[in-house]
Amino acid sequence: MQQLKDLQKAIVKSQIWKSIFRVGIPTDNRKRALATLGNVVLHLHPIKVKKSGLRMSYTWCMGGTSFFLFLVETITGLLLMFYYRPTVEYAYFDMVDLREVVAFGIMRELHRWAAHAMVIAVWLHMFRVFMTGSYKPPREFNWNVGVILLVLTLLLSFTGYLLPWDQLAIWAITVGSNMARATPLLGHEGPGAAFLTLGGEKLIHVGSDARFGLIAGRTIGGGTLIRFYVLHCLGIPFVAACLMAVHFWRVRKDGGISGPV
Amino acid sequence: MLDENFRSVVAKPDNVPIVMMVYLAGYFWWLAMYKAIKNDESTENGAPTFEKSESEDKVFTWPDLVFSELICMVVLTVGMVVWSIVLKAPLEEPANLSVAPNPSKAPWYFLGLQEMLVYFDPWMAGVVLPGLIIVGLMAIPYIDTNPRGNGYYTFKERKTEIVLFLFGYIVLWVQLIVIGTFLRGPNWNFFGPYEFWDINKIEPLVNIDLSEIIWIKMLGVGLPSHWLPREIFGILLMIGYFIVLPVALTKVKYFKRFYDEMGGARYYTGITLFLTMMLLPIKMFARWIFNLKYIVHIQEFFFNI
Repeated sequence: MQQLKDLQKAIVKSQIWKSIFRVGIPTDNRKRALATLGNVVLHLHPIKVKKSGLRMSYTWCMGGTSFFLFLVETITGLLLMFYYRPTVEYAYFDMVDLREVVAFGIMRELHRWAAHAMVIAVWLHMFRVFMTGSYKPPREFNWNVGVILLVLTLLLSFTGYLLPWDQLAIWAITVGSNMARATPLLGHEGPGAAFLTLGGEKLIHVGSDARFGLIAGRTIGGGTLIRFYVLHCLGIPFVAACLMAVHFWRVRKDGGISGPV
Repeated sequence: MLDENFRSVVAKPDNVPIVMMVYLAGYFWWLAMYKAIKNDESTENGAPTFEKSESEDKVFTWPDLVFSELICMVVLTVGMVVWSIVLKAPLEEPANLSVAPNPSKAPWYFLGLQEMLVYFDPWMAGVVLPGLIIVGLMAIPYIDTNPRGNGYYTFKERKTEIVLFLFGYIVLWVQLIVIGTFLRGPNWNFFGPYEFWDINKIEPLVNIDLSEIIWIKMLGVGLPSHWLPREIFGILLMIGYFIVLPVALTKVKYFKRFYDEMGGARYYTGITLFLTMMLLPIKMFARWIFNLKYIVHIQEFFFNI
């Protein structure tokens, strides 16, 4: 037993250990502050927080849950990308493989259920922020960033819906993208589009309207799949991550978790 | 749950989150109102709100916050893993654009919009109204000038805001998703909770436009051939609703208060957004009672309201 303790001491005192962990287990207030300050993840937090902001019954933990589920989506999505090929020939059969062959085959389940849970968590987060009046000055701008993040969450989920390339996927996206036909001015069945002509030729037709741009063709096909795949895996997560950085930064700068002024 | 038809809809893996959401939304609604009323009671007795009594009290991030975050993450991870083991992610037959399933449904979080398609044209239900939902949400902090209720639960100090938000969030959004998911079957027909989703269920199409109600039913003449005289009543009604009504309401005592407090720009933005939101329940009731299809129906320009 004494040998074990000596070994532990030797490790903790070694140059390697000390170069990574500056502070040991915090025992006094100075070390508690340093533990938060010296860690790249933890230093997103202030050193001290309001006790009222810690209560689960106040925050419902929904903002943190949304972010956590985003991380779950990133990790499981990355693992899924090793197997999945976004082409009409392979997409569906890669799904079958993911279900039947791949070891620890719950990554697709985790990815899908965490996506649904994230939509709910983000809605409930917005609900809580509204009910505590936390969008009021000085937090108006951060509420706006949050609304955009909510829209991005829905778009992430929507673009991901197509990727399994089964009946559920393409028909859900068909129903969803058909609405774009009717965009005012920009959809070929939308009000006002008939007035946009150049030398008698219609500018907005079925091969040039908003829906065509969204699904890369007149019907859902291989072009749609690659377009949604890129948006789902790179485009939207990149924008969302940038906005999340702004969101968290502004939470700090606007005075931390909201509380009565 | 014992009923076969009911189970086949509710227990579909993709519908489980919606069942969950119904309970969560209900629970958190209760929780927020419970805390709000508790706080209102303390303020009435001259005591500080619960949040106020603790907000001066500061605790260290390490360990208090960091460890509660860790516990939350562990609990969530376990929950997600169990959920993923119990329920398989759905995978249907390979995509086939020539075989349309009936009903074809959008992803569940957009079913509120798909349900609105029953009452509105796609350009309204799919483009304009969702756009206005986003714009309206973003406008909330700039329209709401009430300085009270910032950072704590209260109902008494911001009744109007909370009632409006709950109406939009729970009554319209959540409820339409629930209807769209559980009560809409083949051909987007309405089915009761325990009803068998019969593909041959026939619903008579008796919906008529406002122009037909007025010109044919009330005046007893045919429809004018040009769209302007034909739709003039609907157009006037919409002008009255969106332009005359907000101005007229400033003369009513209840609304005048808002006009004075908020100023012209905020008042007109807010009330336009509010009236747009109310267009949905109004059209729903008009459909149920008068079988009204469109208030303005200018098929020539795909402009239907």
